[in-house]
Amino acid sequence: MKPPIISMHNITKVFPGVIANDHINFDLQEGEIHALLGENGAGKSTLMSVMFGLYNPEEGTISKFGKPLRIRNPNDANEAGIGMVHQHFKLVDVFTVLDNILLGAEPMQGLFIRRNQARKEIEQVSKKYNLQVDLDAYIEDISVGMQQRVEILKMLYRNNNILIFDEPTAVLTPQETDELIKILKSLKAEGKSILFISHKLNEIMAVSDRVTVLRKGKSVKTLNTKDTNPKELSLYMVGRELVTDLSKKPLKPNPKPLLELQHITYKTRSKKHSLIDVSLAVHEGEIVGVAGIEGNGQSELAYVISGLVPIQQGTLKILGKDMTRASIRSRNDLGLAHVPEDRHKYGLVLDQSLEQNLVLKKYHQSPFQKQGFIQTKPIREQAEKLIQQFDVRSGRGATSHTGSLSGGNQQKAIVAREIDTQSPILLAVQLTRGLDVGAIENIHQHMIRQRDEGKGILLISLELDEIFKMSDRILVMYEGQIVGEFNPKHVTKEEIGLYMSGAKHQ
Amino acid sequence: MKNSMFQASLISIALGLLFGFIIMVFFNPFQAFPGMFTVIGGWLLHPEFLRRLGDWLYLVGPLILTGLSVGFAFKTGLFNIGVTGQYTMGMFAGIVVGIYGGFLGPIHWVVAVIAAIVAGALWGLLPGLLKAFFSVHEVIASIMFNYIAMITVNQLIQSNLELVNVAFQKTRPIELSAYLPTYFLRDWFPRSSIDIGIILAILVALVVYIVLEKTTFGYELKTVGTNRFAAKYAGILEQRSIILSMSISGALAGMAGALYFLSLGAINSGNQYSVSGVLLGAGFEGIAVALLGQSSPLGILLSASFISFIQRGGFFMQIFDIKIEIIEIMIAAIIYSSAIAAFIQPYLGQWFKWKKTKKVSP
Repeated sequence: MKPPIISMHNITKVFPGVIANDHINFDLQEGEIHALLGENGAGKSTLMSVMFGLYNPEEGTISKFGKPLRIRNPNDANEAGIGMVHQHFKLVDVFTVLDNILLGAEPMQGLFIRRNQARKEIEQVSKKYNLQVDLDAYIEDISVGMQQRVEILKMLYRNNNILIFDEPTAVLTPQETDELIKILKSLKAEGKSILFISHKLNEIMAVSDRVTVLRKGKSVKTLNTKDTNPKELSLYMVGRELVTDLSKKPLKPNPKPLLELQHITYKTRSKKHSLIDVSLAVHEGEIVGVAGIEGNGQSELAYVISGLVPIQQGTLKILGKDMTRASIRSRNDLGLAHVPEDRHKYGLVLDQSLEQNLVLKKYHQSPFQKQGFIQTKPIREQAEKLIQQFDVRSGRGATSHTGSLSGGNQQKAIVAREIDTQSPILLAVQLTRGLDVGAIENIHQHMIRQRDEGKGILLISLELDEIFKMSDRILVMYEGQIVGEFNPKHVTKEEIGLYMSGAKHQ
Repeated sequence: MKNSMFQASLISIALGLLFGFIIMVFFNPFQAFPGMFTVIGGWLLHPEFLRRLGDWLYLVGPLILTGLSVGFAFKTGLFNIGVTGQYTMGMFAGIVVGIYGGFLGPIHWVVAVIAAIVAGALWGLLPGLLKAFFSVHEVIASIMFNYIAMITVNQLIQSNLELVNVAFQKTRPIELSAYLPTYFLRDWFPRSSIDIGIILAILVALVVYIVLEKTTFGYELKTVGTNRFAAKYAGILEQRSIILSMSISGALAGMAGALYFLSLGAINSGNQYSVSGVLLGAGFEGIAVALLGQSSPLGILLSASFISFIQRGGFFMQIFDIKIEIIEIMIAAIIYSSAIAAFIQPYLGQWFKWKKTKKVSP
């Protein structure tokens, strides 16, 4: 057999407080799609960053076709034919697609960039792989799925034949994901070798030839995808079996409404994606799921409820009290908890410690302050309690730098903080976006427990599976309106899909 | 972490001094060694040791406060480049009260200092309001407020014969009761300019430290500074924080103006403000102090002392026929290298660790 196109031997990478990669061996055969599976913090991204030259490992060697290869920085990687699509795209928003593809690899003639020649080359590549994009569009104007295509074209334009995809589906809608899987298969058919990082088992089953499972920085096993199944994979990944069925208590009879929205209308400055006459109610002990394709007003719905934008028209009631004009603080204190959509922008102060983030909503209350002075001891105790209760993993416990936590653990920290406020209403937006199965299971169980304790939960999610699994009632949003209300037991996903795309409304 | 930041500062100081020294050697090779020796401490080795020490301590006070002014704003996510304007306003208010407030008796100086604090706070408040309500960037607004302050103050002084000494184009001397008390300090440091300004400045640094690190108010300000979206989400009133933060920063700068001018000493060119069309340098020195002190109150105490120390050294170095401006070059080089150190510090840390592990393993 031919030696593998890339082989990583005994890779060890240490960060303060964690061994991210612990003597990992890994190889990629030419022309295969090799999936790298593991929970958040298992070391997948670190391993790929080592291959791409973003990190230099403490130990270990990399070889290409059996010959040793030194990768000190991404330029070396590029020269070796390795390209990477990062989870958060590295694109210049105000440049066109063409300029983004050329950036760093401009074909020069003297002082001038030969754009026309490059344009022809890119058009050829995009035709060959069926990757249509408008080369003259600006990045900020195109969808996330399109941006990802630009990233792929960037690699292809540089003639990379080893392609790394770091959690490529985390930011995509279900339709875009299907599209990507097709693209990956056509790339493989052209002889490219692909590394696919994911924690979504069904995608890995659908797309990969082989799969390597990492757990806590160690390589657990490498399997042929056709010889395995999702259950076995999740067992290797989490180290135990997952609870797939969430049992809920029956609904209370005649529940009180906790959160009420009446005829709320909201227009953004550009008048796009406004809310139009939205009315809904969340009662005690129920989970109301809001389904919809991204950008149909779900974010704005969360903003008007939480108070991040003012309500222009309509009324908002919390626990029966009119809170239409109330400040964010008074809504929170009255009984609204909020897991925000963008955990880095709104949810956390990444440059502060974990314990400070865990009191972000409560620092002004006793016992965390006395006469305006911060009480460090109760804050520390509270942080340690929540870290333990919600299994938030970090390098240095309560004093960890929040930005150093993995995405899943950051989200667990937010969920812990919000549940800990004991608020009767919980507004949860994209609760599990980008998280691995272990973390999702953990968070879902906490949500169900909250529901069973009589809290009212408004769950806004793009993941239809999540909506179906969790909700007692489903609302569908389309172009700023609620176009349908369903009982999940009496409706199919396909039916909901028709409402989501605007083909049907009630 | 903290320790390595301190190390980085020390390294950048060494590099900055070395850089200045090289320039001195280049221009005046024979006098460079004695000149350098004077700068780094030789100037204190003198029969009038205590007087020189006292003068230095007097100059440290205002520098601590302008440093705190910049550092406080920094910590709360704002770049107050208008310290000079706020300092000028504080100085003006202090002098006005100092000239007119003779009837106040023993609390005259206290009122003058408070007037300076209020004037500085108001001058910081304005860019704060612009930022909070109209999203005008505080750097732009506060730079322009520097010039507005200088020109307004010059106009007000020149148009009022009770304030101005027309022949010298200087403010008139303030009443004796408006000078900061010296208590026992001038017995300890005979014939020096020292007064309680330095003690007040250290106390203020302590208060700033407590406010920033120990109170919920400081936590709110810092949270707005590090992530204003998350602060808003948590229910912190972002606009209020910005306005208060700029006002407090301005108040510190205003107080610095009072400390410098309400002092009866020989070395500050007679504590009278010279009317000229140039911005006072004090505010910009505050930026250097805050950068070198990494915005922490303790760091600022140290860096203000150090910068003032080499400035005094520079003054005495002139007897070796070396221009005092060399000190400015040194300070600039120190700031540059500490800014670079902030970038390379993680790598530096790795390097130290690597060296250590190498020593341990056989």
